[in-house]
Order: sequence, then C-alpha cells, then structure tokens
Amino acid sequence: MIIAGILARPSISVAMPAPLLSVHDLACARGERLLFKAMNFSLHAGELLLVQGGNGQGKTSLLRLLTGLARPETGEVHWRGEAIRRVSEAYHAEMCYLGHANGVKDDLDPVENLRFSDGLQGRAFDRTRAVATLEQLGLSRCLDLPCRVLSFGQRRRVALAALLLAGATLWILDEPLTGLDVHAVALMEGLIRDHLTAGGMVVATTHQALNLEGVSVQRLLVGNVAIPELV
Amino acid sequence: MHRFLLAVLRRDLTLAARRRGDWLIAQFFFVMVASLFPLGVGPEPEMLARIGPGVLWVAATLASLLSLSRLFADDHHDGSLEHMVLSPEPTVLLVLGKAMAHWLIYGIPVLLIAPVLGIQFNLSWDAILVLEFSLLLGTPILSLLGSVGAALTLGLRGGGVLLTLLILPLYVPALIFGAGAVDGAMMGTGAEAHLSLLGAFMVLSLMISPWIAAAALRISLE
Repeated sequence: MIIAGILARPSISVAMPAPLLSVHDLACARGERLLFKAMNFSLHAGELLLVQGGNGQGKTSLLRLLTGLARPETGEVHWRGEAIRRVSEAYHAEMCYLGHANGVKDDLDPVENLRFSDGLQGRAFDRTRAVATLEQLGLSRCLDLPCRVLSFGQRRRVALAALLLAGATLWILDEPLTGLDVHAVALMEGLIRDHLTAGGMVVATTHQALNLEGVSVQRLLVGNVAIPELV
Repeated sequence: MHRFLLAVLRRDLTLAARRRGDWLIAQFFFVMVASLFPLGVGPEPEMLARIGPGVLWVAATLASLLSLSRLFADDHHDGSLEHMVLSPEPTVLLVLGKAMAHWLIYGIPVLLIAPVLGIQFNLSWDAILVLEFSLLLGTPILSLLGSVGAALTLGLRGGGVLLTLLILPLYVPALIFGAGAVDGAMMGTGAEAHLSLLGAFMVLSLMISPWIAAAALRISLE
C-alpha cells in the first residue's frame, strides 16, 4: 500500500489564519494503479511545499490535481475554503503553473511569447516590464531571436519570466530547475524567497538541493521511496 | 472576455504568418484534388458543370481535415495549451477563438480560390456566386465541428486518421446543403432553401460545438 505522509510540518497555532490552499483526503490513480490516497495538507501564505518522491511516484500527477487539470479519484482541493472546481476562474487568476513543457512558442521571440501569455491571462501587456524581467533572467541578448534558436535552459528562463509577470499568489512548479545553470538556480532560489516573503506560496517538485534559508518549508513525501533531505 | 478572444485570434494568426508552409499545403491540396477530377472524368463541359459543385465541396472538406489535426496538437506538444486552459477565462472561449482563427487561415483562402476552380469546372457566374455564398456559410461549420474532433483525438497516436473518421460523417449535412444549393441554382429550382438550412446548421454548430470541444479538451488533457 502506498501512503503519502507529511514529514515535517510547522505547528499550527489557533491564531493562525485559515490556509489558502488545502487538500482533503486526496487519492490519485493512473489507470489501474493507485498512486496515493488519503493525502491531506494545507498551505498558508508565505509557505513553500516541497513535493518529494522517486520517479513515477505521482509528483507530477499531484501537481496536476492541484492545478485542476486533472480530477482526483476521491477528495477535494480547496482554495480559500472553496473547492477549486467551483471557483476555477478565480483560482486560475491567482495560480500559475509551470510544467515539464515550457509553454514557449518556438516561432515567437521571448517578448512576443510574454505578450501572448499576458493576453491569454487577460492582462494588459507592459513591454518595459517584460523586457526588464527578461533582462533580470539574463536573456538581454536574445530578446529578438525566435525561441527556436534558444537553448533548453534559455527557453526555461523565458517560461520563468512569464511566471514572474503573471503576478500569481500560488506558483505550482514541476521541476523548475531542470536545464538551469548554477547562476539561474541561485536566481530562482532568490525569486522563490522573494515571492514567499511577499506573502506568496509555492508548491514545487525538485530533485536538486535548494538553498532556502529563512523560509517556512513543508515537505511532502509522495510514494514509498525514501529521499535524502535536500534543503 | 473579448480581449481574451482577440488574444487567441491574434496569437494563432501570428503563428500562422510565421509558418506559411503549414497552411499553404492545405490550399494546394484543395487545388490539386479539385483539378484531378477533370483529368479523371474527361473534359466534357456539361459533365464538369454537373459534378463541379460536389467536387469543390468535397475538396474543401478534405482540405480542412488536413489542417484540423494540428489545431490543438502543436500547442499541446509545447505545453502552451495547458497554460491557455488554466487561464482565468473559460475554455469555451479558447476553443471558439481557435476555431475562428482556423476559419480565417483556411476558410478565407478557400473562398478566394473557389471561383477560379469554378471557372475550371465551367460553372456559370450565378452558380459561382451561390457556391461562394454556400462556402461562406459552410466553411465555419467545418472549422467548428472540426475543433470538436481535434479536441477528442488530442494526444492519440494516429489521431489524424481517427479525426477524419469521426468528423467526416458530421460534415455530411454541410456537404449536402452546400453542394445542393449550387445544384439548385444551376437547375433553376433556387438555392434559398439549401442556403437557409446551411445557415441554420452553422448557427447550431456555433452554439453547440465550442462547449463540446471544451469538454473534450479537458478530458484529453487529464
């Protein structure tokens, strides 16, 4: 039997506000196989949830359940106390998901990619801010190149720029550090820390060590493969 | 809401402008299929005028199928489809925007090429005018119903063939009324009845198919 459990959890005092994101009795199956069941956790503003587990244990499936792309077998994901399937439009306005695929169009340059991702989120496009974000992520030399000619890591950075511009409260990141060099990983750690300090929330899976001092981290083990501590 | 629809439209049109080869192939296919018939059945003008409307309509249908299998597939492959589905705007609008972009990219060129092919089939000017009108009403149906098929077969291996088998039967009413309108104009029985039915079918598919396609898309992405 595969059971998911929380390894470390900050003690919740009575005075603490209600969690923004909470998961109740969640079960997930892929085909015939039960990946996890009876999963419960809650996440408050300013907290990071690090989802850990071996390959094929259901980390990505869990993240897709949290985004609302997939439906759970049983249980419910709640955002601000309401089931996400009932408040999906409000939830999606406050949530940004970065999956394995970057969602970056190869035929467009980075700025155009950001313009369309802003348009599709129903926001007005601010070119100066988009260029500044791309430069912050070290893409100042590739602004007018089609993303087709960019490297894997550079395309990942374009996707991260879209994440930053989205201004979402909750970031759901599936292996955000894949393909990033040491500088970009350090930058990403800083961005996650800033986001959490500003009251944001992050749910992330990663196999890499993250240096996140001073951040409230919950860790969730999916599946039954023991993972050494990374943080 | 309309800003989101415009963003989807502008995005798909920009992408199509960057990859001209993709949609030119469908137009060449339309011309080739329509041009093969005179070579196959012989050059008698009466015979060509008799089969012309049907051939042009079948060729337009097949050309739209050629492009529909990639309506969502490219965006699915690079992950941008998930981002669009997760946007705060309803998926129905996304599907509607993509079907509209598909019509602008594939339907409009068909409308422009069809009169030339009509001359090749010895159709009278009246018949060509009715043909244009029937295609104007009918090609949106192809894009709208096709979006349902594209959403249902998303991510399946051999999805293109399955899409063809699923969607072609649904195209039958559009084909019958569209080609029938031109036939009616040529026979002197009038085209109005066929065109009215074609228009009604277009309104029906405009109202229903985005909802079905949106539901199918959510199932395909799960």
